[in-house]
Amino acid sequence: MTGSKVTTLAEAVAAHVRDGMTVALEGFGHLIPFAAGHEIIRQRRRDLTMCRMTPDILTDQLLVAGCVSRLVASFFASGSAGSLYEIRRRVEQHDPAPLETEEYSHYGMYCRYEAGAKRLPFQPLLSYVGSDLPALNPRIRSVESPYGEGRVYVVPPLNPDVTIVHAQRADANGNTQLWGITGAQAPAAYAASAVIVTVEEVVAPETVRADPNRTLIPAHAVDAVVEVPGGAHPSYAQGCYDRDSAFYREWTPISRDRERALAWIDEWIHGTADHAGYLAKLGEQRWDGLRVAPAPSGSVSYGRRQG
Amino acid sequence: MTADSSARVGGSSTADAAITEGVTVDVSEVPPHSAEFLATVAARELAGRHRVFAGVGLPTLAVDLAKRTVNPGVELVYESGVVGAHPEAMAEGIADSVLVSGSEAMLSMDALFGYVLQGGYVDVGFLGAAQVDRIGNINTSVIGDWRRPEVRLPGSGGASDIIASAREIVVVLRRHDPAALPEEVDFCTSPSPVRARRQDGFHQPQGAGVTTVITPLGVLRRPDRDGELELAAVHPGVTVAEVTGNTGWDLRVRGDVAETPRPRTEDVRLLREEIDTVRLYLR
Repeated sequence: MTGSKVTTLAEAVAAHVRDGMTVALEGFGHLIPFAAGHEIIRQRRRDLTMCRMTPDILTDQLLVAGCVSRLVASFFASGSAGSLYEIRRRVEQHDPAPLETEEYSHYGMYCRYEAGAKRLPFQPLLSYVGSDLPALNPRIRSVESPYGEGRVYVVPPLNPDVTIVHAQRADANGNTQLWGITGAQAPAAYAASAVIVTVEEVVAPETVRADPNRTLIPAHAVDAVVEVPGGAHPSYAQGCYDRDSAFYREWTPISRDRERALAWIDEWIHGTADHAGYLAKLGEQRWDGLRVAPAPSGSVSYGRRQG
Repeated sequence: MTADSSARVGGSSTADAAITEGVTVDVSEVPPHSAEFLATVAARELAGRHRVFAGVGLPTLAVDLAKRTVNPGVELVYESGVVGAHPEAMAEGIADSVLVSGSEAMLSMDALFGYVLQGGYVDVGFLGAAQVDRIGNINTSVIGDWRRPEVRLPGSGGASDIIASAREIVVVLRRHDPAALPEEVDFCTSPSPVRARRQDGFHQPQGAGVTTVITPLGVLRRPDRDGELELAAVHPGVTVAEVTGNTGWDLRVRGDVAETPRPRTEDVRLLREEIDTVRLYLR
């Protein structure tokens, strides 16, 4: 596939994300596609099945906004900053509505994307022997090894309708380069029917081709490319800006009070036209605090044949 | 090879050896339930270990302190794919950018869980828990009935993957009472090999499971892969009866039950002034 896939976030979400779909917004504590998730909120999508290894604040926000009815995940908290109270309210008190969950371990969830990407009927792993997780989630099953090693647990493929990831850069065709923690982005993209990539910067094809090892998702797997600087805030983009840890702490009291959380969604998401508006509201001063000092990788030579 | 000249003999002896460099070591009076005390005891568990899979919270403090004291060569591995972390600041979470910058390798999560963990490279997995029971099952999922839980906990994350394949598991608990240490967990997220073996016909995990539980009252150990937790040490000022009375089963007490050596003032200074300067985990 060649030709520019560059579009706007509003158009990409309108074209690819519809009510009732299964969507994966991946990024393991890093490069979390917040801007894309916020656009899903702005477009008031409903009844989505959300797939994320660690749901993080992004899932809490999508739940508060009423976009998600089902959650497939492997850790129901936000990393360092404690509980996600909207998720807890849904699960513990069915308030305002129950949340259907499908729960795995991290590696189980990763193996689901792998099986999905490879179109395998299942993927085995060494986890779960003796655990109650298979009783909680009947989709974790076991098979007898045909090679006489006993039974092993397996997980089914996960094939999202849409996978959305954020990355440091891509070219207009969708060759996507990311570095630092790379999470489940590559298998989640290959497992999906459609892929939206948001990036800090759309770069020239020559920039990508000068360092092809850094391309984790090639253009052939990508349907839409959107330049969204700051698109991972309040998570981070390695080498571009740091995590807004203060926001992660601020979210805990916001999400503890449902009315406050709803007001936050109204003010910060519905109250801004797009991600540029969200960043403007955030302000230069806050952004200054997230800047990182440069630490370039050095470079390697790929060489060219002479003559 | 990493620098680990002090080969571990087993049991609790290394912990004592690691801190008695001189007879006149300045000891700190921080109370045994404090984060400083627990992190120091946990750090000493890492003496002589090559490769540690560290989680968020107290394990973050413990691995950092161990690297500065008992085990400068310890290789820190994180589920986010970081191998050989050399953080310039304390990590706020296992996906913090400071773990990535300057690390020895950044692997895909498939390589990390598949090759490094399932491949048998992890010596110690450091886990938190809401409940640990008699045979070392861990609950991080729910309190109460899972269909309508009283409290929804974070769930497995990598824990149930780690317990299957890490050589052993060290758990740090912030409380010691029958609710946190019950006869049997409400829900088994991460199973003991004893429980795994009851699933007849399954390919058995290679890990020994939980070998050490550090609590605000003492240190419990499970020296035998097939055995149960027993009281190995009490913290200063804590009686054996206090520990057994606050445990949810008839806790076996070792004949040679020891008193946990106090942290040195230097350990506490490092934790407060160089490691967790913002008091994120030192609460």
